[in-house]
Amino acid sequence: MIFLRRQLPLLITLVTGLLFAAQYYVPHPASEQMLTSATKWLQIVGGFALILGVTSLFHQHAVKIRRQEAGWGYSLVLYVGMLGTIAVGLWANGKESVEGTMTAFGWIYNYMMVPLQGTMFAILAFFIASAAYRSFRAKSREAAVLLVAAVIVMMGRVPLGEYLIPLSGDVSSWILNVLNSSVRRAILIGVSLGAVALSFKIIFGVERSYLGGGKE
Amino acid sequence: MTELPFESIVGAWVATGLTLLIFSFLYKDNPLFKLAEHLYVGVSVGYVIVKTYDTVIVHLVVKPIVENGEFALLIPVAIGMLMLTRYVPKAAWMSRYAFAFIVGMGAGLAIPRTVSSFILKQVEDTIRPLLSVTGPDSLTFSMNLLNPASHLNAIIILLGVSSVLFYFFFSIEHSGAGKAVARTGILFLMISFGAGFGYTVMARMSLLIGRLTDLIEFSDASYGRPTVWLSLLTIGALFLLARRGRAQPPDAH
Repeated sequence: MIFLRRQLPLLITLVTGLLFAAQYYVPHPASEQMLTSATKWLQIVGGFALILGVTSLFHQHAVKIRRQEAGWGYSLVLYVGMLGTIAVGLWANGKESVEGTMTAFGWIYNYMMVPLQGTMFAILAFFIASAAYRSFRAKSREAAVLLVAAVIVMMGRVPLGEYLIPLSGDVSSWILNVLNSSVRRAILIGVSLGAVALSFKIIFGVERSYLGGGKE
Repeated sequence: MTELPFESIVGAWVATGLTLLIFSFLYKDNPLFKLAEHLYVGVSVGYVIVKTYDTVIVHLVVKPIVENGEFALLIPVAIGMLMLTRYVPKAAWMSRYAFAFIVGMGAGLAIPRTVSSFILKQVEDTIRPLLSVTGPDSLTFSMNLLNPASHLNAIIILLGVSSVLFYFFFSIEHSGAGKAVARTGILFLMISFGAGFGYTVMARMSLLIGRLTDLIEFSDASYGRPTVWLSLLTIGALFLLARRGRAQPPDAH
């Protein structure tokens, strides 16, 4: 039984890992076809993973409603919003528009989801600004550099900024395309080295946390 | 003046109302904001479920099987179903097969592609010739800062990448010359963080302008001026909630 519960999953990881790592070095149509199918398979399995996540949300709010805990009315609103969207979406076959005409699902997307999402992220502008005011005071040389870079980039992104500081557009582009990209590149190289090392550890069974704990 | 369709007018009222409920958070955390926040989560999750159902179940599984007889697709369906055994404690171990398959495939796919695209390609773009040969006996060194491909910028990028990588390399002590390199790395990092911050702020500002533009558009008489009426209603509701909050001290409930 221990083979089925513990060793077979590790064997599956080893075989699939080596197989798909090797696929990259085989430029044969059959190999390309395998990659295309595998990508489709991953999408399908990923769809089932969504069920796991959503069920957890369903359960958490269902418990809140059943026990009538503080704020259970909000959980009810969440349920109504979710079930309503699912019902309307299935009715419209998941299409926002049919032959140029907006469906009810498209209406929910355009008049509920877009305003809610846009406003939710837009209010962050105020909080970022207030956080910046509190934390961006040039207390050290590094903080001053950060502050100056932020101000130049902000100025360079709007016509008014370019009008007030004529060079800000060019300097902003230089900061973003040269200085910022060099840092992003270094971080990307570092993260990639870590990802490759982790992938090897997973394939060869050194890293097993993805299998979860519990009994053997 | 052309009359607007009914769904557009209702949509304008709903969009304005929801926008104002979220904006009410700028005053303070309040039940109106919480209502909109939970509705946002509900609608978003519902939207993702419908889209996933349409993309995965309908277009990747049902249609290929029914129309083209691609029964091999039942294998990933079975693997996906194994994930759901998590809900049956005695059979939960079977979900490991699904995770092993996904993680193994992901790791296998990641290794060569990450090495190629994110390590070798990035190193190749960093270590570029510092001079160009333009004729039989002439070498050029371009100093144009505005051209990211200029030689001067190539040196700056090389300096930035090396110093930042060195800053994150903890196997040797950052002292002496190493300290100077690490401090250069910090300087580059600070500029990048500042640029990232500035860029994010402006992206959020762009969203804010979009929402305010909608509010201005919906204050038009053709929509029934929802911005005006719903702003008054929201302010009135916040006023009533504040009064009720004062009447009921926090420890009263």
